[in-house]
Formats: sequence, C-alpha cells, structure tokens
Amino acid sequence: MISQSRRGFLKCFGLAGTALAVARAGFASEGAINDNGVGLLYDATRCVGCKACVAACKRANDLPPEKGSFDPEGLWDAPADLDGKTRNIIKLYRGSESVWSYVKVQCMHCMKPSCVSVCPVSAMQQDADGRVFYDKTRCIGCRMCMVACPFIVPRFQWEKRFPQIVKCDLCKFSEVPRKGKPACAGVCPTEAVQYGRRRQLLAEAKRRTEKNPGRYRSYVYGEHEVGGTNVLYLASAAVSFDKLGLPKLPYEAPAAFSEKIQHRIYKGFIAPLALYAALFFIAVGNREELGEKEEGR
Amino acid sequence: MTEQAHYKPLGGTLFTRGFFVLLFFTIIGFSLIAVRFWKGIGAVSNMTDVFPLGIWITYDVATGTALACGGYAIALLVYILNDWHYHSLMRSAILLSFFGYILAGFSVITDLGRYWNVYNIFMPSRWQFNSALLEVALCIMTYCLVLFIEFLPVILEWLRGLGWGRVSELADRFSPKLDRVLIFFIVLGMTLPTMHQSSLGSLFLIATSKVHPIWHTMYLPLFFLLNCLFLGYGVVVIESTLSSYIFDREYEVRDLAGLAGTGAWIATMWLTLRVADLAWRGRLGMAFAGGDRYSLSFLIEFLLVAFGTLFLFNPKLRSPRWLFISGVLLIVGGGLYRFNVYLIGFNWTHHWKYFPSLAEFLITMGIIAFEFLAYFTLVKILPVLPAQHKPHPAGRAWQGWQSKVESRSNNWHLP
Repeated sequence: MISQSRRGFLKCFGLAGTALAVARAGFASEGAINDNGVGLLYDATRCVGCKACVAACKRANDLPPEKGSFDPEGLWDAPADLDGKTRNIIKLYRGSESVWSYVKVQCMHCMKPSCVSVCPVSAMQQDADGRVFYDKTRCIGCRMCMVACPFIVPRFQWEKRFPQIVKCDLCKFSEVPRKGKPACAGVCPTEAVQYGRRRQLLAEAKRRTEKNPGRYRSYVYGEHEVGGTNVLYLASAAVSFDKLGLPKLPYEAPAAFSEKIQHRIYKGFIAPLALYAALFFIAVGNREELGEKEEGR
Repeated sequence: MTEQAHYKPLGGTLFTRGFFVLLFFTIIGFSLIAVRFWKGIGAVSNMTDVFPLGIWITYDVATGTALACGGYAIALLVYILNDWHYHSLMRSAILLSFFGYILAGFSVITDLGRYWNVYNIFMPSRWQFNSALLEVALCIMTYCLVLFIEFLPVILEWLRGLGWGRVSELADRFSPKLDRVLIFFIVLGMTLPTMHQSSLGSLFLIATSKVHPIWHTMYLPLFFLLNCLFLGYGVVVIESTLSSYIFDREYEVRDLAGLAGTGAWIATMWLTLRVADLAWRGRLGMAFAGGDRYSLSFLIEFLLVAFGTLFLFNPKLRSPRWLFISGVLLIVGGGLYRFNVYLIGFNWTHHWKYFPSLAEFLITMGIIAFEFLAYFTLVKILPVLPAQHKPHPAGRAWQGWQSKVESRSNNWHLP
C-alpha cells in the first residue's frame, strides 16, 4: 500500500512538473514588425478599369493567358479571378446603375504574413522591404499558405504536372530591378496604382480622404487589418470595402495569434522533453511494480 | 517478458475472396494515383484555390492518423495508467497504428503539389519554426519509425521461429538487446502523438477568419489531442469486437468495457470543455440553435459523441454489440469534428463549396484497402493477435472465420 501511494505521489509530481514547464515556457517575444516596407496604394475612385495593369503584370512576369468562359478559342486573356496564371486582376462591383466600383486584386503583402508563418520550408519569405515572395525551389506544394491567407491570394496550378504557387511579389525579380517599380504601377494611366514606401503611401491616402470627404470613405483599408498590410486601398464613399472583396478582418495578425500559442507550447522544446521524462519515469515505475507483483506470485 | 508466449499468428490461406476485393480497390486507387502524377492534381480532384485541402488531407491525414491512435491510447493505458491486462492488445494496435500512419504518408505524397522538393523538410537550414506543419511532418515521420521499432519484436519472434539458420540465429541474438531499449521507444511512442495530434489542431489556429467560429478557438490543439485519444479507444474497441467476430474468437467483453470506459471519460472531458469554450466565447447560441448547416453539422458531431459516451457509461449496455455501436458513434462523431474544422466549417464566408470527386474518393479508398490488405495478411503470418484463453479446435475456428469472411467480405473495407 505504501509503495502504491508513493508511486501515486511520483506520478502527480511528474505531471505537475510537466505542467509547470509548459507554464514557464511562457509567451515568446514576437518578431518586430517592419513598417518601413514598400507597397502599393490603390485608389478605386481613380481606376478606369482599362486592365492595362493585368496585361503588364502578365508580360513582366511571363505568365500565359487564361481563356474566358465566353471564349473557347482563347482570343483574349480573360481570367475571372486570380489563378495559376494570374497574379493581378481588375474586378468590377456593381450595386446599381449609379453605384459601382472597380477593384484591383493582388497580394496584400501583410506586414506579418500568415503564408510565411505556416510554410514549413521557408518557401514563402518576407524581405527587408516587407515584400512577400515565393521560392519555388523550396516549395513542397503543401498549400498551407493558401489555407492560411485571409485574402485567398496564393493560387495553385491545379492542371499542371509540375505545379507552382502563384502570387504577386511586387515584381521583386522582374520589373523592379529593371524599371524601379512594379509593372502595374508603371503602366497605370490614371495613377490609380502607386508604388512607394508604406509610410508615404499611408500619409498620401489620409491626405486624400481628408481633402475629399465626399468622394472617399474615410478609411484606409490595410492600415490596421491583420496587423497592417503594405498594399493600401481607398474606396469611393458609396461602396463599402467588403463589397469590393476586402472583408472586415481583425486588427491582430492571425500569425501573431497562432505563433503565440505554438511558441507557448514549444518554447525551447522544454515541454516535450519534460513530457517524455515524466512519461518515462511513470512507465518504468509501473513496469517494475508489475515485475515485483509477478515475482511475489 | 512473459507476454510474448501469448501471441500467435492466425495462419490459413491468404488468398480469400476478401483479399481479392481489397486488391481490386487497391489497384483502382493506385491507378488513379498514377493519373494524378501524370496529369496533375486538378485532373482527379475537385480541390480549388478556395478549398486547397480536400479529403486526402482531411480524411487520410487528419482523421486517419487519429483513428490510428489505438497504439498510443493503449500504451497510455498500459504503461501510464498501469493497467497491464490490456498489454495483449498492444501488438495489433501498434500494427494498425503503423498502417494508419503509412496511409497518411501515401496520401501526403499524393497530395503534395511539389513532392520532388520534399527533401527540404529534412534540411534544418530551411526549417521554419513557426510552422505547425513542420512540427507535424517531422513528428509523424519519426513516429512511423518508432512504430516500426515497436513492432520489430514481432518480426524477430517470427524470424526466430522460422528456423532459417543464420537469420534466425541473428534474430535470436538481437532480440534481448532490443527488449532492453524498447521502453525508450515506447515512451517516445507516447510523446510524439501527444505533440503532432495537438499540432494537427494548431494548423488551423492561424485561419482565424476562415474557420467557422463554432470551431475556431485557441484550444484547437487541446481539443484535437483529447479527440484523438477517445478516437483511439473507440477504434480499439471496434477492432477487437470486429476481429473477434470475423476471426471467430472469444469476446473479451469485460476487458473491452474497461477500455471503453477510459475512452468515455476522455470523451466526457472533451464534450464538457467544448461547451465551456463555446460559452466563454459567447457562441453557444450559434452552435446549438444556429439553424444553419454549420450548427447542424456541429449538433450531429456533438450528439454522436454524447450518445456514444452515454451508452458506454450505462452498465446495462455491456454486450459486444453495444460496445461496438458505442465505438462507432464515438469515432464517427469524433471524426466529423475533424471534418468540421478542416472542410465543412472552412472558408464559410465564401460562396464556393467543395465536394470530393469520385476519383478523390477512389484514391482514398484504394489506400485504405491497401492498408487492410496488408493488415489481414500480416496477422495471418506474424504473431500479432493474442492467443485465445480457451483454445478452440483449430479447424473449427479457421473454417468458421473463412466462411464468415466470405459471406461478409464487403464489410471489410469499412474504415
């Protein structure tokens, strides 16, 4: 009986030790968020829907055309959404004859990107300028980036034997080294898309909304969403952002939330080791007890 | 250990009708996998950019490995809760776990878009420690190895009995050495599932705005861990009653009831914590009276587990039939929970919906069929199942199971 209770005590002790180790691991410090990145400012009130940016993006990044459903012969490049051949697209929202707006869709370049946080092999990375880019030589095609992205931006080449993830990288490897700005911003005839440092773009966006309160919604989408994005949006006063496919999102970055929990469990690998040790001593103790019983029999 | 004498191979013909049925599904499944590798994932599956994970990950990996937690659950019961008369179930549970995890591995390779790059997982310079998937991947691969080592004594025992001169001699010499270090691996075999089963829940922590609020909570890792434990006990109950039935062996009802009781306590804990979590987040109404498909899916999942648990607690329902039914309720409800997080409640704000294609189903079925094929073949050759307490006349038992298998061969490929 005595040995029973002693063992019980040891068991409790072991489990309590594990719990303590888990608790002590505590919160991990979050990586500092870089708010001096480069990005885009898209002003929906300036956009005329010419789609020059869509064509320029495809040309700059060497992407093939996508047939439209109306066009079986493939005369036009007419993607309906972002896809395995399309990094950037212009869409139209039409609420009524008088209320409508174009919207440009591409990667938001989150300041704390979810896709980078979930990638097991660092195929999605964020550079010092805050640009989120993709390295196909590392990618294993697990598609966790697609699961995690709150904007459903990374796309997959489902029809290919050797597919890739496709997503805007702000022309990091194509147009920016040659011409200093991404293809979409370079080609835009109305300056609806502008390229620059996020701080300057944000200041410019606020200047516009303050100057023309009747024209704009007094809100810059991307300033706070999911911890802030490097791509910022201005919309016309008559159209809400969620109508443009820009959903209401929490201000906390999802990646910060999940990393906090994951790091609490795994910091320094203390908890798993403590668990192993605790289980080991209990198991060995129990086995010895069994051996004693069998000998006694 | 003395346990070793208690295991026996089943023996008998390998090529029964059930064998060929399973082989048929295996061949179909693997042919379709060949199509996937030749023409791309889009050629066989209905996955889209909005639903980038389909049933291969949801069933084969997330649910399949939980169903394969029998080995984990039994090991905890035996070594930690100190209940040694379940030790006789260890071998079959480990074999089932091993195949369950191998199945997950097959599916992952089928599902990975850029499978040729998978070596990157083994390059520490490329590891990204924020990724729950990295933890899952490394942990599951290590666990497969651990399961193999845990199963090795069975293979050695078989080799020793073969009388193959040198090979048997080597096995004889290696066996005691393995026995001495085996406990390290057994404990590892309890630590690793604790880690990766909870991480299977952590995978969706980051999808804060994409997983329906009924299921998205910071306690996903805890819920997935408890969930895999009662699924593990449920599966062992089902496996034991089923194999007693098709192999015409005695039911060990009292033993199984105790085992199922442990599962029932864990399921109770899970149900209580889920309700508490919903209440704390203010989502009780949404879950229990939402009136939409998400609420319905939640209610089905919740009630299946609740009824399974209630049946297990009722001392009047201790027959093999009721144990089996309760086990099925637990695993269907518990499995649906994983489907709810991974698929049904995923991207709920989006108008796109996903339903797997026929080829996707057939690939999953093919891999499951292959798993069962291998399991039924190995238990006939290797000393896996516990020898019976009261030996039946061998002939009768054998004929009995063969005729039953032939008449019920269709029941075989149920997961």
